[in-house]
Amino acid sequence: MNKTILAAIVAALSILAVGPATAEPARDAILADLLLQAKTADGGFGGFAAERGKGFFLASPASGKPDTPSCTTCHTPSPQNTGKTRAGKEIKPMAVSANPARFTDPAEVEKWFGRNCNSVLGRDCTAAEKGDFITFMASQ
Amino acid sequence: MRNLILAAALTLVAAPALAEGGYRMPPLQNAAVTKECGACHMAFQPQFLPQRSWQAIMGNLSNHFGENAALPEATRAEIEAYMVTNASDGLTWKSGFAAGIPADQIPLRITELPKWKREHREIGGAAFTSGKVKTPANCVSCHAAAASGFFEDD
Ligand code: HEC
Repeated sequence: MNKTILAAIVAALSILAVGPATAEPARDAILADLLLQAKTADGGFGGFAAERGKGFFLASPASGKPDTPSCTTCHTPSPQNTGKTRAGKEIKPMAVSANPARFTDPAEVEKWFGRNCNSVLGRDCTAAEKGDFITFMASQ
Repeated sequence: MRNLILAAALTLVAAPALAEGGYRMPPLQNAAVTKECGACHMAFQPQFLPQRSWQAIMGNLSNHFGENAALPEATRAEIEAYMVTNASDGLTWKSGFAAGIPADQIPLRITELPKWKREHREIGGAAFTSGKVKTPANCVSCHAAAASGFFEDD
């Protein structure tokens, strides 16, 4: 209940604060929260960009664990594709158009960014990187 | 009917360890295990590994076979407790998978266990790394019902 109210407030704020709307309240709330964090970290932050998210997704930073040089190792280079874990299990597409349930559960989003950013980059992702990534996937 | 006879005949020729045509594990009964472990691979039944192995695995999720698989602490602790209680050397089920592991070893991979190796001794290495299978940890690619605890003969 409290969570719902919080989500509603955050969603409302996101509309006021030029929030990047993706026509899904739960996802918009996650993005609005990330935007707040990004602005706290960098006062001049101008908003999320799908293009930056795309570059981030396709990059091969290889600064994390040797078996996971890139997000595309598991998610494939196309957000429309079904991916595969290293153990051979299928991963549903990351593109919101192909999988509308994407980025709608804040705990899941946090958990997977936490894991995958550390596997691939060897560090946590910044709020800006997370927001760019979701914005890109929501545009796909 | 002919299929049945054929199947029966094949079962007889197969290794004695596979007399029942497969191997049964109790089905998983913990929602967190099914969800969290099952996100990346088949959620392996706790009865495959001894207690010390589950403790080692659940205590090092930030480097889980080359990936970060970190969980919120409450979920991590719940999963560890379930796996340890139902481990191969736990009290709930004698799976046979604890046999032959040297006491000073902490195996992390089911595929390293003496019993696992014995059961798969007739399968060639290439079959385990082919496109569809990818890794011998991918039980379900050969044992379709593995996630529910039944490892039928391939
Ligand atoms: C080792 C394989 C692997 C790699 C590498 C990987 N992911 Fe994932 N990712 C997964 C799996 C498995 C899931 C969970 C299954 C699912 O959501 O369908 C997932 C889910 C996610 C989610 C949650 C999506 C949601 O709907 O809540 C996000 C966000 C994510 N990944 C981002 C990334 C980013 C960013 C990278 C690169 C820095 C990356 N992943 C690299 C395997 C991987």
